[in-house]
Amino acid sequence: MMNNGTLISLSGITKHYDTGKVKVRALQGIDLEIKRGEFIAIIGPSGSGKSTLMNIVGCLDTPTAGEYLLDGRPVANMGIHQLAAIRNKKIGFIFQNFNLLPYATAYENVELPLIFAGAPGAIRKEKIMRNLSMVGLSERADHKPTELSGGEMQRVAIARALANDPEVILADEPTGNLDTRSGKEIIEIFERLNVEGRSVVTITHDMSIAERCHRIVRLKDGIIESDTRNGNKI
Amino acid sequence: MKLITYKFILFIRLLLREFKAQKLRMSLTVAAIAWGTISVTLLMAFTVGLQQQMRKASSGLGGRIMILWGGQTSKVFQGLPPGRRIHLHPEDVDLLKKRIPEIEQISEEYLRWGVTLDYNGKQINKLVSGVAPSFKDMRSHYAQMGGRFINKIDYEEKKRVIFLGTRVCEELFGNDDPVGKRILVNSIPFTVIGVMVDKLQNSNYHGPDENYTIIPATTFVAIFGDPWLDNIVFSMKEGVDSDLVEQELFRVMGGKYRFDPTDSPALWTWDLVKNKEIERKIFLGIVIFMWFIGGMTLLIAGVGVANIMYVAVRERTREIGTKIALGAQRKHIIWQFLTEALSIAFVGGLIGISFSILICSLFRALPMEGALELLSEPTVNVPVAFITVGTLAVIGLFSGIFPARKAASVDPVEALRYE
Ligand SMILES: Nc1ncnc2c1ncn2[C@@H]1O[C@H](COP(=O)(O)OP(=O)(O)OP(=O)(O)O)[C@@H](O)[C@H]1O
Ligand SMILES: [Mg+2]
Repeated sequence: MMNNGTLISLSGITKHYDTGKVKVRALQGIDLEIKRGEFIAIIGPSGSGKSTLMNIVGCLDTPTAGEYLLDGRPVANMGIHQLAAIRNKKIGFIFQNFNLLPYATAYENVELPLIFAGAPGAIRKEKIMRNLSMVGLSERADHKPTELSGGEMQRVAIARALANDPEVILADEPTGNLDTRSGKEIIEIFERLNVEGRSVVTITHDMSIAERCHRIVRLKDGIIESDTRNGNKI
Repeated sequence: MKLITYKFILFIRLLLREFKAQKLRMSLTVAAIAWGTISVTLLMAFTVGLQQQMRKASSGLGGRIMILWGGQTSKVFQGLPPGRRIHLHPEDVDLLKKRIPEIEQISEEYLRWGVTLDYNGKQINKLVSGVAPSFKDMRSHYAQMGGRFINKIDYEEKKRVIFLGTRVCEELFGNDDPVGKRILVNSIPFTVIGVMVDKLQNSNYHGPDENYTIIPATTFVAIFGDPWLDNIVFSMKEGVDSDLVEQELFRVMGGKYRFDPTDSPALWTWDLVKNKEIERKIFLGIVIFMWFIGGMTLLIAGVGVANIMYVAVRERTREIGTKIALGAQRKHIIWQFLTEALSIAFVGGLIGISFSILICSLFRALPMEGALELLSEPTVNVPVAFITVGTLAVIGLFSGIFPARKAASVDPVEALRYE
């Protein structure tokens, strides 16, 4: 990747939900900087705001207040087309429940972001096959999600997230629905992606996974409780 | 331009894939649109056909005509007592023609029931009517190919010629060609000159026209020697008020037979012009009602289509969220629903209209008799068919597009969270 500069910069990010009587403060002021090439685990108890944070970073949600700079540019000022382009090309998002289109094959699922990007056929085909083989599923290109195991589905989702060569992979509990072995495979893929220079941010409840990351951000009650790199406090 | 075409192809690919994936829902929507189209189109087709057939049937008896019979006086007039019978005489025809300029054509009519017709020994008893040639146009007595109605020469020369109703002809001749054949009418030889065309007739005054025979009035008098007419049939010029003609009629006849022109039982009249006006109004009511039902049917079909589309969007909200998360733009989502709705409407409409046309042709081809004949000419009203398909398409479109637009407009998390 280009340099080790700052990719993502959050300052004073809050997210409040107005649910009738109760006001839920999911995030209460998050300051966080993510550099290119970082491999980060976000941990914390259930309800601490991990998913909320991840969705904001992934441009899937908007914060109530605070500033989010992506590549130095404020996301709040971006129009819908710019946001779509960012989701399409800059960020690869991976969900706990995969979110594959049920009626489309692995190949077709991976093709989606390429279609949205308007990539020509030859390039599409090449990229799809490369990404599927990267996650070890080139043989399963014609299979539908129902014909795949959970681990395989998540690997298809990773191949899909990688379709347009994003700079950062964001994963919300990618191994949450998987057994240990499948989870391990996913994490190994992440490590490979990180070695290639991509930033990877993953939410996890599994400490053994978190410990393989270079940096661990711990959330509690919507604030960052601790932020350590290789065991050292930042 | 190249880029646009290229993106379009990509887009169609995406669409076809989803079509394939959602066969059931797609076919349901197609079926809903086809069904709605068939219901509305057929309803209107039969209404139009019925209207046309009714119009034909009501002109079966004749056009703008009035029929006049003699009656009985009920009022004292110029010292004459009530209860006098009024008989119509042959010269009344000329009198009326001369005195009432609104009359266009006129004919006397003599009737005799139970006359024996004999063809090669086969005998039947039928009604024989004696009329003038003008009867043909007034009472729609048109001859089938190869034959003719009685003409002026027949009338003036008291020719022994006879014109048959279709049923009489069938009973007497079966499948033989009757024109030119000789039959005996009460043992007197007559030549058959024609057979009436098949016609729809919804009213009559001495049985349906297919069931009697016609000879020149002059011949009738010569053979049977009737001193009085049974009735007089006359037609009125276009735009003439039949009530005024009737008043005039009573005045003229009252002058001749010496009865009070306001003494209505003195003459019996049957005013088909007024009859038709009433018939027209009743039928207009029926047609308006049918249109109303058609509108309601369309509405119900629309609700069905809207429902399927709406449910689909609900089901697909998560999918829309996923696509947005993967970088789809709003136009990708909207276009998908748009083309989807349009293709569905196109296919559904095509099926619906084709089936309607098919069913209509089937009804036209089917032999139908009697009252069913009114249903035998359904006509697909093309604008109605297109309006129906168009309405259903627009309903489907909006009920799909609006929720899809909404799902594509909110933050993707909200669409993704949708259960
Ligand atoms: N749409 C919403 N409306 C109201 N409250 C919400 C909404 N989404 C999240 N919350 C609340 O915000 C808080 C943080 O939720 P979040 O999903 O970020 O937690 P989390 O750390 O991801 O938890 P888990 O580990 O269980 O996934 C929770 O209290 C949750 O109830
Ligand atoms: Mg979560």
